[in-house]
Amino acid sequence: MPKIEILSTVLSAKRVKLSKGWYKFSRNTLSVLGLITLIIIVLAAILAPYITPYPEHAGPYTNFRESGQPPNLKHLFGTDTVGRDVFSRVIFGYRFSLLLAVVVISLSVPPGIVLGLVAGYTRRRWLEVGIMRVTDIFLAVPPLVLALAITAMLSPKLLNQMMAISLMWWPWYSRLVYSITSSLRHEYFVHDAELTGARKGFILIRSILPNCVGPVLTKITLDMGFVITLGASLSFIGLGVQPPKPGLGTMVADGAKRLPAEWWMTIFPALAIVFVILSFNLIGDGLRDMFAVEEI
Amino acid sequence: MFKYIALRLFHSLFVLLGLSILIFFISRIMPGDPARVALGPLATEEQVQKLRVEMHLDKPFPVQYYFWLKSVLHGDLGRSLYTRRPVVTDLNEFLPATLELVLFSFLISLIFGQVTGVLAGYFRNSWFDGLSRMVSYIGVATPAFAVAIFLLLIFSHILGFTPAVGRISIALRPPPRVTGFIILDSLLAGQFKTALNGLKHIILPAASLAVAHIAQEGRVTRSSIVDNMQKDYVAAHVVHGIPTQSVMFKYLLKPSLIPTVSIMGLDFAFILANAFLVELVFMWPGFARYAVTVMLNKDLNAIVAVVLIVGVAFAIVNLIVDIVVSFLDPRIRLQRRGG
Repeated sequence: MPKIEILSTVLSAKRVKLSKGWYKFSRNTLSVLGLITLIIIVLAAILAPYITPYPEHAGPYTNFRESGQPPNLKHLFGTDTVGRDVFSRVIFGYRFSLLLAVVVISLSVPPGIVLGLVAGYTRRRWLEVGIMRVTDIFLAVPPLVLALAITAMLSPKLLNQMMAISLMWWPWYSRLVYSITSSLRHEYFVHDAELTGARKGFILIRSILPNCVGPVLTKITLDMGFVITLGASLSFIGLGVQPPKPGLGTMVADGAKRLPAEWWMTIFPALAIVFVILSFNLIGDGLRDMFAVEEI
Repeated sequence: MFKYIALRLFHSLFVLLGLSILIFFISRIMPGDPARVALGPLATEEQVQKLRVEMHLDKPFPVQYYFWLKSVLHGDLGRSLYTRRPVVTDLNEFLPATLELVLFSFLISLIFGQVTGVLAGYFRNSWFDGLSRMVSYIGVATPAFAVAIFLLLIFSHILGFTPAVGRISIALRPPPRVTGFIILDSLLAGQFKTALNGLKHIILPAASLAVAHIAQEGRVTRSSIVDNMQKDYVAAHVVHGIPTQSVMFKYLLKPSLIPTVSIMGLDFAFILANAFLVELVFMWPGFARYAVTVMLNKDLNAIVAVVLIVGVAFAIVNLIVDIVVSFLDPRIRLQRRGG
């Protein structure tokens, strides 16, 4: 019985913590608004083949009789130069953007965290300096430029774009986790754990890592927006999602040639990008307040 | 102080060396034979082999890197496979246009960012603070190319205030080249009409680059002013009867500038990176557009050079920023001296 009681106390404590967190988050109206927008966007992207009016327009479809139509009831965002529905293509475009962000974050965050933990905790000076100097090298050029260069040297497609951006992204996390770890390194609870003979891996995971959760989660949310910007920028230049697939950046670039007369081909995809990034940023701001993260 | 600068300089050099190894390594492990790419599919196997030896491609990687670094230090970045000219010649032609754009935009974002930040901090929780907050949310969330397209559509196409593309109108004769900055050159040559025309052309691209940073710097300055306002020394000044304006600009602004100045290096880097996009939208004949062209053409020598130039520019700006910050914040330079 006592075991179960302890377990239930722990669980209810966690629940209280969670509901407190949600309370803090929900005080920020804009963040909640961002969360709702994001949920709608994600659902729309996942269910794209079922909810878009013309799912076949996301591919190599042409219908010149309907090309270049301004927004109307049949085509909410108008049609592009070969008669494809811009609204359907925007929703499908979200799929590539979100996929890119999820893949990049899940590839780059774990190694970043591990390197940051190791560099911040180790007593071996050469290891710490070594890791952090390599981090500096990757941060010596704006991510857009290096990602562009690498994607270009490979060949322009979504997969290479993902790899290039992931290669650029881990140093931000190792730097963040490093600064947290090295400041906690000499706290009493870490010393206590060391004195009781806990193994290094245990200390890193159980004593130090939980303190990184707030800042890292906040950064991940904000970075989702950044990565989507970066991906859209690469596609805009022509180094991302290749036509006829609907990349948001590609659509903006194609439409830009037809400004100002056929503005809807550019403006709607551009606004779509702004919306998704804005919602991530608003959520990130809410998380920052919730975890009381000072700087990221 | 001198020791601090020397240390920072050494660090920058180390980072640049590392960057050059990284980018050179990536350019060499890519699938495809640079010699074959350079000569095209029609060249014979013998010609390709000859070029391979000339480019040291037959030797192990460290040796290749050694030869490459040696020529870079002699000011030779290799030959562009796309323009068929030395990369240095290309850079000399295209770099000033981008520097002009980036510096101009940096200046705009600095001035407007500070003004907004100070005003929003001073009148905090007023309508102005709320407005600047809204604008900053949207400014940060909008990719530079989208800002460029929105501004182009509104100010150039709909309102007709500014010309859409290029650096100066085709009808005008560009001024003799001294600095490569068209506005500066035409002022030097006394062609005020050309200077004005150049200004009209630069304003939209520069604004597109600046928007996000005006927003961000404004927010940083605001929060740092709000933080510092609550400190005891400000209260002491006020209690001593020092006029509000004097407290604001003389005692409050300097420490409040530290966070803003520290992010300036990063800001500059992002403006430079975003120039890659904005130059495309406004057909600005600069370095970034050249960079995108060589990238789309897989021109390895030029790509490596482009990345290095950006790295060098970033390192220089960071060095300047560090020095300025250490002037603003005596704690930093004294701490370094002691440690």
